[in-house]
Amino acid sequence: MPLGFPRMPVSTTLLQNRFNRRSFAIGSVGGGIGMLLAARMGYIAIAENEKYATESESNRVNLTLIPPRRGWILDRNGAPLASNRADFRVDIIPERMVEPEATLVRLGGLLDLDPNRLRDLQDEVAQSRGWAPIEVASGLDYEQFASVSLRLPDMPGVVPQRGFSRFYPTGPAVGHLLGYVGPASAEEYDEDRNPLLITPGYKIGKDGLEKQFEQNLRGKHGARRVEVTASGRIVRDLDTRPDVQGNPVKLTIDGPLQDYAARRIGLESGSVVVVDCDTGDLLCMASMPSFDPNSFSEGIGSVEYAMLREDERVPLRNKVLKGLYPPGSTIKPMHCMAFLQAGIDPNEKIICGGGRRIGNRFFNCWSNHGVVDMAKAIYQSCDSYFYHFSQQIGFGPIAQMAETTGLGQEFPLPVTSQFYGTVPNPTWKEKKYGEPWRSFDTVNSSIGQGYYLVNPLQLAVMSARLATGKNLMPRLRLDKNAPAPASLGFSPEHIEHVRQAMSDVVNGPGTAGRARLPLDDIKMAGKTGTAQVVSLSVSDGRSGPWKYRDHGLFVFFAPLDKPKYAGAVVIEHGGGSGAAYPIARDVMTFLFDPAKGLEALKTLEEQWGGTAQQRLSRKYAAYAAERGAQVEPAPRRDEDIFDRVDAEARLAAQQSEALAEEASTSRNESTRGPETDRGAQ
Amino acid sequence: MNSIIPTPIARQPWGVLIPLFLLVSFGAAVLYSAAGGSFQPFASSHLIRFAIFLIVAGLMALFPRDVAKFFAYPGYLAVLVLLMAVEAVGAMGGGSQRWLEVGPIRLQPSELMKPAVVLALAKFYSELPVGMVGTWRSLVPAGVIIALPVGLVLMQPDLGTSLAIIFGGVLVMFLAGLPMRWFMGGAAAGLVVIPLAYFFALKPYQQQRVTTFMDPESDPLGTGYHFSQSKIAIGSGGLTGKGFNEGSQSHLNYLPEPHTDFVFATMAEEWGLLGGIFVLVMFGLILAWGLRVARQARHRFDRLLGAGLVGTMFFYIAINLLMVMGLAPVVGIPLPFMSHGGSSMMTNMICLGGLLMINRWNRLRTGDGIA
Repeated sequence: MPLGFPRMPVSTTLLQNRFNRRSFAIGSVGGGIGMLLAARMGYIAIAENEKYATESESNRVNLTLIPPRRGWILDRNGAPLASNRADFRVDIIPERMVEPEATLVRLGGLLDLDPNRLRDLQDEVAQSRGWAPIEVASGLDYEQFASVSLRLPDMPGVVPQRGFSRFYPTGPAVGHLLGYVGPASAEEYDEDRNPLLITPGYKIGKDGLEKQFEQNLRGKHGARRVEVTASGRIVRDLDTRPDVQGNPVKLTIDGPLQDYAARRIGLESGSVVVVDCDTGDLLCMASMPSFDPNSFSEGIGSVEYAMLREDERVPLRNKVLKGLYPPGSTIKPMHCMAFLQAGIDPNEKIICGGGRRIGNRFFNCWSNHGVVDMAKAIYQSCDSYFYHFSQQIGFGPIAQMAETTGLGQEFPLPVTSQFYGTVPNPTWKEKKYGEPWRSFDTVNSSIGQGYYLVNPLQLAVMSARLATGKNLMPRLRLDKNAPAPASLGFSPEHIEHVRQAMSDVVNGPGTAGRARLPLDDIKMAGKTGTAQVVSLSVSDGRSGPWKYRDHGLFVFFAPLDKPKYAGAVVIEHGGGSGAAYPIARDVMTFLFDPAKGLEALKTLEEQWGGTAQQRLSRKYAAYAAERGAQVEPAPRRDEDIFDRVDAEARLAAQQSEALAEEASTSRNESTRGPETDRGAQ
Repeated sequence: MNSIIPTPIARQPWGVLIPLFLLVSFGAAVLYSAAGGSFQPFASSHLIRFAIFLIVAGLMALFPRDVAKFFAYPGYLAVLVLLMAVEAVGAMGGGSQRWLEVGPIRLQPSELMKPAVVLALAKFYSELPVGMVGTWRSLVPAGVIIALPVGLVLMQPDLGTSLAIIFGGVLVMFLAGLPMRWFMGGAAAGLVVIPLAYFFALKPYQQQRVTTFMDPESDPLGTGYHFSQSKIAIGSGGLTGKGFNEGSQSHLNYLPEPHTDFVFATMAEEWGLLGGIFVLVMFGLILAWGLRVARQARHRFDRLLGAGLVGTMFFYIAINLLMVMGLAPVVGIPLPFMSHGGSSMMTNMICLGGLLMINRWNRLRTGDGIA
């Protein structure tokens, strides 16, 4: 059956004609397609040439930013407290990774990462925003670096590079002072869309002076243009613009002293501050135990964070600025200065009798001192004397003197924050608690208890101002041209009187005979203090659980006749001032005779099991081995860590305010107490 | 005839051979560059294959018409059996494959099928009584001849080759003088079937290639990557190109398959628009010569065979160039005489050999004085 009816009979000629027609048509169509192709190519290659040439160039050329080297942080003699170390490092950029899990495991094998670090990295990759580089490891040796570089084609998203990493030669000794550096957080990048912030290896200051001096320390980035293949392999360098290193920052800190003091604190939890009495330069602001800023720069590991957080000696808290303590008897010389200013005759005597009746209550002294004048009240730390004369002149002038000498003050220092504590006075109490000031409050405050709260820096400043009579302002940045401090207007006799009494604390019949410097020609003067932490019903302050023991405090200056250095030592829960003044003695010894100071430290460190840095890394290893797999990850934002640490510091400070409503129990300031050698334990 | 040049040489069809040699040499130069400035591994084997298949084509040209006609159906059947064998081997191997291993040679029967279908159809229509053109007898057997291999090739699955076979076959049917309204109807049916085929017959990766073709920016790092990188290569070449061995797109691996499917882009990057025009002109000369040979042929068999072979070559060239310039989906068809690859070289040289053969038959006729 035919499918259709042909309109004309099909013949050979017809087919031949059809072939000719149709083949011609097909040839034309083919030619047309050829023209179309030529036109299309002309359009792409000529009209759009510029666009595609640019795209080809941006394919071929990869611009990498070179993170600038940070400026060094130097001590007063130009020795580095924070420097940069050339090293090999490996970062990952999660969004470029194809198989993040497998790649990480592989990297872990190549770089010998411990399982905790690997787990942290996996968490970080899971939470990351993709474009932000994550540091896998730094400080690698060349073999490890090379082994990663070789396998790059199979591991997209992995960036090995040579660079510089921040190096703190003394580690934990400068942790709280300098802070640490770390990669910019997602929030910081959202604020400032600078591509430098997400360049692998670029770190910014996260805490302490590193953060405060960020603009100064940050240099100018360099850039490198390289030719890369589609898979990211670098074929050759095209050109390089070197980075410009950030400016150095020179501090007033004396590096060796800072390190010495930090190490000398030993197993205790405390702080040492030393001030230059001519300029107010802060020579030392040690707070221990601390963290190692070297290990924080890779990001705070969850195991390390858990270990530091669980430690009741709060290694994350900068105790110089954020440790608030009742000053205890350390303020007694300052109170005497207030008495002298108020016209009290220093030779006026009272009978101690083991305490004093004020109103209808009897307040204890820690001992029965018999006949007491001002000098004896200081060197024997007699409480009755202060109960008596503070009632006599009222607490107002005393509080004023406290503020004059620096207590309750916030100093203009380049620090992220400082707690300035409390100098109680009637107006303050009315405002804060809505209750009138009672004689009871004067009694407690007169011996540095009650609502009194100070930080170690304020104590050091107080000591320096008392010893010199000058309005010294503490400083951290070295400035040779700073104006000389003004006088506070104390009369020379009054200063001399207080100095002599403080000398007697150490060199005379006082409470800290063991604080005498082992030097022939230099005498140190000081004042002990013991601050009650919990109610007497909980603990006697000397024995029992560590956290219920009294704080040990000591303020000092030396040399006696012409004070050059002043300072304060506060040992948390040291069980009394006996924990504090041996440290002050050794720190001062080191300042005047480094060899002798180091000798003393060496013996002690042998007992403790190494330097602070060695003990910290050993502790970490033990902790990681025991608890490694169970810890919670560290907060993603460093700010969360800071907030938590600050909140806990405030809470700790409030603890002693709770005691203000009860009569303070006088603390044994005797050198013969059972705890006096604690510092050497 | 110019007496300086010896007759046997002067007698050769230089009108096609010169463009062909130029094109193959140019292809070798591009492959030399694609290998990073080395004859190995692409350029040398490209030239060796060309030499071998040139001899094959030269031998083919010597076949008399009767021999060609005699082998039309057996040849077609033999290739069909090979195609089934591929399917069988693939099924036993537990996966799809497109070739048979014969000693050191990888034979891709689907490639051989392109000229084989043209040859079989040319024989069929040349022997079909003239009066039957326009009846179902002219349509159904031809349809079967095309459908069988296309079905087998689609099972591999190889969309590009299937389309090439259909194109060659339908072209022969068209030129054989089948009623125009059938083709109109077929085109209309195709418009209906193609969307259905897209949704039900194509594999997801094939579907994606089509959608990417419609909107290359939708997937710049996936399938669209081929497109954009190819266009960047061609576009960045400009008028005169970046210079021999200077193409960054191909040398730094941004261009996928710089030596096979995207060899034209590799060329265009280094030689620019001028190189592109040169290639287009050379292809134009070869195809025009082929079409002229077919149109000059006196016998219906010669004409249909010649035109079908030209069409097969044209399909390769057109689809490949449309693809690299972003005018057609990425289907994986190499560029004749320039791309590295034995199968494409074999098919196109067989087509060329067939045309040389018809050209010889034409000349014999003129020699006979029947002009």
